Amino acid sequence: MRHNPEEAQRHQKSESGIPAFEAPENPDFPFRLLSRMIHFVLLISRQGKVRLTKWYSPYSQKERTKVIRELGGVILSRGPKLCNFVDWRGFKVVYKRYASLYFCMCIDQDDNELEVLEIIHHFVEILDRYFGSVCELDLIFNFHKAYYILDELLLAGELQESSKKTVARLIAAQDSLVETAKEQASSISNIIAQATK
Amino acid sequence: MGSQGGFYQSKEFLDLVKSIGEARSKAEEDRIVLGEIETLKRRISDPDIPKRKMKEYIIRLVYVEMLGHDASFGYIHAVKMTHDDSLLVKRTGYLAVTLFLNEDHDLIILIVNTIQKDLKSDNYLVVCTALNAVCKLINEETIPAVLPLVVELLAHPKEAVRKKAIMALHRFYQKSPSSVSHLVSNFRKRLCDNDPGVMGATLCPLFELITIDVNSYKDLVMSFVSILKQVTERRLPKAYDYHQMPAPFIQIKLLKILALLGSGDKQASENMYTVVGDIFRKCDSSSNIGNAVLYECICCVSSIYPNPKLLESAADAISRFLKSDSHNLKYMGIDALGRLIKISPEIAEQHQLAVIDCLEDPDDTLKRKTFELLYKMTKSTNVEVIVDRMIDYMISINDNHYKTEIASRCVELAEQFAPSNQWFIQTMNKVFAHAGDLVNTKVAHNLMRLIAEGFGEEDDTADSQLRSSAVESYLHILGEPKLPSVFLQVICWVLGEYGTADGRYSASYITGKLCDVAEAYSDDETVKAYAVTALMKIYAIEIAAGRKVDMLPECQALMEEFLASHSTDLQQRAYELQAVIGLDAHAVESIMPSDASCEDIEVDKALSFLNGYIQDSIEKGAQPYIPESERSGMLNISNFRNQDHHEASSHGLRFEAYELPNQTVQSRIPPASLASTELVPVPEPMYVRESYQTTIVPSASSDAGSTELKLRLDGVQKKWGRQTHSSATSTSSSTSQKTVNGITQVDGSNTSNSRTRETYDSRKQHVEVTPEKQKLAASLFGGSSKSEKKPATGHKIPKPSSHVVEKSHARKSSMEIASEKKASFQQPPDLLDFGEPTVKSAAPSVDPFKELEGLLEPTTQVASDENHGSTTAAAKSPDIMGLYTETHAGIYDKDDSDILSGLSNPPVTNMFGGTTSMQVAQSSKGPNLKDALEKDALVRQMGVTPSSPNPNLFKDLFG
Repeated sequence: MRHNPEEAQRHQKSESGIPAFEAPENPDFPFRLLSRMIHFVLLISRQGKVRLTKWYSPYSQKERTKVIRELGGVILSRGPKLCNFVDWRGFKVVYKRYASLYFCMCIDQDDNELEVLEIIHHFVEILDRYFGSVCELDLIFNFHKAYYILDELLLAGELQESSKKTVARLIAAQDSLVETAKEQASSISNIIAQATK
Repeated sequence: MGSQGGFYQSKEFLDLVKSIGEARSKAEEDRIVLGEIETLKRRISDPDIPKRKMKEYIIRLVYVEMLGHDASFGYIHAVKMTHDDSLLVKRTGYLAVTLFLNEDHDLIILIVNTIQKDLKSDNYLVVCTALNAVCKLINEETIPAVLPLVVELLAHPKEAVRKKAIMALHRFYQKSPSSVSHLVSNFRKRLCDNDPGVMGATLCPLFELITIDVNSYKDLVMSFVSILKQVTERRLPKAYDYHQMPAPFIQIKLLKILALLGSGDKQASENMYTVVGDIFRKCDSSSNIGNAVLYECICCVSSIYPNPKLLESAADAISRFLKSDSHNLKYMGIDALGRLIKISPEIAEQHQLAVIDCLEDPDDTLKRKTFELLYKMTKSTNVEVIVDRMIDYMISINDNHYKTEIASRCVELAEQFAPSNQWFIQTMNKVFAHAGDLVNTKVAHNLMRLIAEGFGEEDDTADSQLRSSAVESYLHILGEPKLPSVFLQVICWVLGEYGTADGRYSASYITGKLCDVAEAYSDDETVKAYAVTALMKIYAIEIAAGRKVDMLPECQALMEEFLASHSTDLQQRAYELQAVIGLDAHAVESIMPSDASCEDIEVDKALSFLNGYIQDSIEKGAQPYIPESERSGMLNISNFRNQDHHEASSHGLRFEAYELPNQTVQSRIPPASLASTELVPVPEPMYVRESYQTTIVPSASSDAGSTELKLRLDGVQKKWGRQTHSSATSTSSSTSQKTVNGITQVDGSNTSNSRTRETYDSRKQHVEVTPEKQKLAASLFGGSSKSEKKPATGHKIPKPSSHVVEKSHARKSSMEIASEKKASFQQPPDLLDFGEPTVKSAAPSVDPFKELEGLLEPTTQVASDENHGSTTAAAKSPDIMGLYTETHAGIYDKDDSDILSGLSNPPVTNMFGGTTSMQVAQSSKGPNLKDALEKDALVRQMGVTPSSPNPNLFKDLFG
């Protein structure tokens, strides 16, 4: 019956056929999907407390809170022998538990999960080396240092450096430079102070 | 430094963290944080806070924001902090802004100037910090402000800077491809950087570029293969080893790239077979990272042109994954199987029981992955089992996102492989009833179209059978309470179109049902609208058939209600219904022909039926219509707009000072014809400065810039690029000279493969299987090869004949590989020369290979093609390899020790001093234990993480 108002619409819509499953629609998170490996990094304690968050894709503060709450609920409740991967809103979240801390990274559907698991471990090894057998407390009180380290490991959501040595060297250089800079500054100001006396 | 616990912050901050740690509820935590925000707001606006204090405040802001609260009042202070001279303070400022601000934040414009200054700093650490911020903060608008500086940094002496500059350029490319499109050749150039870290970073942008446009990068196949080969042969510095694997992250990236380049390209794929085969052999399948590389190999093998030997290795790896106890490996195995069955569908059969185990696993992730695999291997023989399972699972879950996905997959499979109309309708009913409103409306429209059009090739009786079974099932379903809206729409539409078509149900029965629907779902306007339209169709059919129409009283009541409805759409439909009922049979027949929903409606776009009317009007003195394109006023406006737009795109915001006009003239160098070498990536520090100058000049000169990219290549050492020229001919020329060497090698690996197969088969027999599982397996996999032979009706399954052809083809090509192996010996693997300080144009005298290269190739590239085919080269090559590896190993050792000594330099750091090698680090764990105990004591004292018994964490994991 061609009188139907929905007719035209129907014909239009059916042109494209069934929606392909590769592109799940995400009305809640309409951010631009750049091809990047890691969308965000989360560190959550077993009690669901946030220890570190790094967002490589744009999320508003509200979305962030929602993401953390949702993922916390999913990941913390998973049993020990299950996969270290979780489907989440068309993405995958790879997580690994170290003692009472969960390291989570969100990636695209077709990325290599095992690789990301190793990136997490790589990060933990670097932290361990830096802090000297790292523990949750180190990260609680020195979260900004964990950020510096993460910034040397990942950049814009991509693995930037796969050599532990290089990362360690850069961080160490930054730390030591900061130290020497402070010393120098004080000594120069002392000299100036003395000279102008 | 604060590495040993690092409690150097103020008491206040420690107290804050402590109290947050002790907070028993989210509400308590929020209260503490809000108090902290108040404190910070007060303090931070104080004009003279000491820097050190300010730095702590900013870190506290980061903390507050990390806990999910708004700290935007302090953003401006973080921005200010980036201006500071001291790196210590600056670093904190940059960290805070990268965490606080998204790329579209208003404050970014205030940081651009600082970033510009810092990118020019002579302290590379400042530059690094600024580059980190560039990657996060610079948006499309501000790219021009930093682009020239970043390009300049590509040639920075420090590898860390070059690496970050590459990543930054990659980000620019992602955000605004047009602004950096003339610079993409830099990525090729940096691919042969001396530092493996920079090379590794370059793979990210190249991967993306190749994803977008494969064909422009085919020339790099040999470069990538040779890099991968060198990586697997452990030619990279030891520092890149990870759990005894040589640079696995770089291997994975390279395999991803090769998968793209080899996809559907036989010639390119043939170059990859050897190295991928090597990785399969060498990979350590006991470590997680080894399996990650193996998985990537499988992905690569299933993407490139098929090679039987590699497919066999991939199948072996998959069966190892599936047999593993680890859920992770099973998951990867299922995923890999899904990729491989596209090429060789027969391998699914041997894993059927493993697949069913995964399907019944309590782990949701694994289950879903298995459903994905089943989805990929569905055919007409197993569609019923698979879709039924999917629907059962769909009903059992709550996750709406996944429910939607699995529902649409069910629909897709049902549409494609449905064995009978009856089954199809029932399946759709189940999907709609349970996934209801989650289903995309497209699916509903598809279903309606399907019922209307029938299955196409079959005769009309089958179609009408389909329709009547649909009508019958819908009338039955309408008895159920609470149906999803989309489903009701479908039901109404079908009842309207076909409710009375087969004569089994009377018009009054159907209209009664439709009225019930409209009443029961009175808050859903769409459903009501569908119901009214369906009623109108039923009555129209009745009138057209010459029967007398008497409206049911409930229907009349409904119409009266709708005539006064607030919804204009409902009102209109109701009035239309009234009008239709009043017409005679002939008029109704022509406005609403029966079962014509599939016929095309012809639309007269030129509105020719109005011609007479227009003619009349013009004769009466009306103005003729002037098309939009001919109206002069409009033309101007659009022109103006174009211009405006052009101007906006050419400069937009200007961040740099106006330059002197003659600068561009200087940078113009007469273009030289170097087409033969343009593809060769060459590191050349000088060039970057030049392109920078040209990029400032907008539009027209960017062309000049790109031609300049090709300049000044003579006399510079070529690294990985050279093989790309020889590759094309070397394969073809070497096929004629098959050597015994290559063939025997093939035999050897064949026997080893068959042996593994044997052991696998014998193990398989031991497994005891429950009858139900066997039954399920038989229904899923069609038992033995019976289903295999059945010609598949679906579109999904590749034609078996073409597959056989491919196979035989591939087998033939394996011979070629054997000889190709030989050819690859003869192709000199290039030196990575990692750690060599500068690019040398002259070959080092120690390197015998370079000398030979000089003999073989008298400078020109073109001539090398012929030389490569020559027998002398082939005969000599093995010896050369030997010499080459020896010398290279020597160089490499030296490099590595350099790095070591560089690291253990005294001024480097407090905690890394002396602990560079693993053994030393291990032994130094001793004193750390004490630290850990101290920390433990402190934890108890402070009450952080109260419920964890031992916060001394990673120790045992790393011990």
